[in-house]
Amino acid sequence: MDLLEYQGKQLFARHGVPVPKGAPASTVEQAVAAADEIGYPCVVKAQVLIGGRGKAGGIKLANDRREAEEHAQAILGMDIRGFTVHEVWIEHASDIAAEYYASIVFDRAAKKPLVLLSTQGGMDIEEVAEHDPHAIAKLHVDPLLGFQDFHARRLAFEAGVEADVIRGVGTLLTKLYDAFVAEEAMLVEVNPMIVTADRSVAALDAKVTLDDNALFRHASNAELRDVSGEDPQERMARERGLTYVKLDGNVGILGNGAGLVMSTLDVVAQAGGAPANFLDAGGGAKAEEITSAVEVILSNDNVTAVLFNIFGGITRCDEVARGLIEAFAQIKPGVPFVVRLDGTNDKEGRALLADADLPNVHTEATMLGAAEKVVELAR
Amino acid sequence: MSVFVDHDTKLCVSGITGREGTFHTLNNKRYGTNVVSGVTPGKGGQDVEGIPVFDTFHEAVGETGANTAMIFVPPRFAADSILEAEDAGISLIVAITEGIPAHDELRVYNHLARNDGVRLVGPNCPGILSPGKANVGIIPAAFFKEGNVGVVSRSGTLTYQIGNELAQRGFGNSSIVGIGGDPVPGTSFIDVIAAFEADPETELIVMAGEIGGAAEEEAAEYIAEHVSKPVVAYIAGFTAPPGKTMGHAGAIVSGSSGTAKAKQEALEARGVRVGETPTRVAELAAEIAGSLAR
Repeated sequence: MDLLEYQGKQLFARHGVPVPKGAPASTVEQAVAAADEIGYPCVVKAQVLIGGRGKAGGIKLANDRREAEEHAQAILGMDIRGFTVHEVWIEHASDIAAEYYASIVFDRAAKKPLVLLSTQGGMDIEEVAEHDPHAIAKLHVDPLLGFQDFHARRLAFEAGVEADVIRGVGTLLTKLYDAFVAEEAMLVEVNPMIVTADRSVAALDAKVTLDDNALFRHASNAELRDVSGEDPQERMARERGLTYVKLDGNVGILGNGAGLVMSTLDVVAQAGGAPANFLDAGGGAKAEEITSAVEVILSNDNVTAVLFNIFGGITRCDEVARGLIEAFAQIKPGVPFVVRLDGTNDKEGRALLADADLPNVHTEATMLGAAEKVVELAR
Repeated sequence: MSVFVDHDTKLCVSGITGREGTFHTLNNKRYGTNVVSGVTPGKGGQDVEGIPVFDTFHEAVGETGANTAMIFVPPRFAADSILEAEDAGISLIVAITEGIPAHDELRVYNHLARNDGVRLVGPNCPGILSPGKANVGIIPAAFFKEGNVGVVSRSGTLTYQIGNELAQRGFGNSSIVGIGGDPVPGTSFIDVIAAFEADPETELIVMAGEIGGAAEEEAAEYIAEHVSKPVVAYIAGFTAPPGKTMGHAGAIVSGSSGTAKAKQEALEARGVRVGETPTRVAELAAEIAGSLAR
């Protein structure tokens, strides 16, 4: 789960990472009140889960109340690359002497947290990595040992941090690592990390990705999910405990197990079709889950045919068949279905479907055959 | 022969008294796996159809000589259960549980890495089947018979699909190993491919990967340098859009890395043939087996 900048900064602040004083606002009145409270000059920053806010006009400096009001008016409701701005963050304007970069990523290949530090902040770090890879100091941390002071010093000296702020940068990195571990993040990124004119160090931006699987231990973080940018069908699926990703095509897809569903999408595409979604009913799906999955798939109006591709291990094919039969009783779908059932209790599942004799439901014996059939029916 | 599980396996199941835990434990037992015990804290002294249940792994190992653990407890308890199994001296831990927090997996991985005597397979995996010998996990064994193809996969149901396509062309399997779809798998493609290379019964290796991470690319390098047996690969997720997690926590294309295309190219550049569909993988396997026979 990705956090908005201000949510990330509030999370940072809880762990002692220095951030400029600020407040969120969802109306112009709130924004002006916040600006008055924080003092001028202040910055009005659009809060959306996408980069390039500055270039899109979503970050503006306000020297007085009139400008704060003008900017809040312009930015709230603005569209930034497909994301509508529902909130702004009003922040005290910082006096910037230098812009650095710091991040901690969950490095899957090394299976350790990776800490990155560069004095070339404020720009796209991937560009820095490409043009001047030595400008980025990198260090893996043993998660059982944790981030030590010497790690911070090594990174700071290697990155060429100015001598008088080595301590400040080190402290920020240490607190950032605390936040990364305590909040169970997959990524924390500070770009830029600034050195101010009075030589203090602070996080001027915050990009935080949290581990969805760990949210049960972080109830207050779980509430931060920004549903405003979420697709309505994806939200409906998430609320029903299904893994659903909306795609551009017209062939609705349900399978069990992420790998098999991905493979099903590929095989449908190779058969000349265009998948409308990824939907993994998960391991051991019961009839009710299958019924709700059908509802989610059909809530996308582009769908002209649906493919069920099930290879039961932990999932039992008779449950899948019952779910489909129930879905037909409840929803009465107007599009054809192609069903392929193999694996645990497949004979029972096929027998249930044969007895139910559902209208416009075709059974196929193989995954490839089923993909070809559904593509034909979707036309 | 086979890899990881066989007639010497003595299985202890963590979470044996849960609904799914009981169901699959008994399935494994019926298949012929030597299930010696189970662990559920607070239910020590009970039994599950004759399989004794203990409060701790230490007791279970001491009383029944278990050498293999299967983890079937919910995600919030799973890391602890894996660490307990290792502490009790278990040498193979198969973690079926899906949804374990990534930082838990990180701690577990780095702790287990300090012990050469233990292997973790999974988490979020379907387990290991050595046809005719032992089944540890949730793989529907009826679809597979003994043979010479070793299969390793990040995905459970995709493994069944590919295994089934191979079976329809008359292939059997030495072992089928699901390494799981999480960001920090305890056992990698390379670990399993190395085991298949060393296993005299395995003549052909099939690996099924998917988008996300770089495990397939790393395996490609390893195969080019260390593997003499033919390898056929499959990659799922050619149509996956970037930035969206495709069900598995580990299956995400981030920026330009982790795409199916990049993985296919890395494998093909190292001489590994890649089938575009599960059916095509079986066809390639048949072609290679035909040329081996000649």
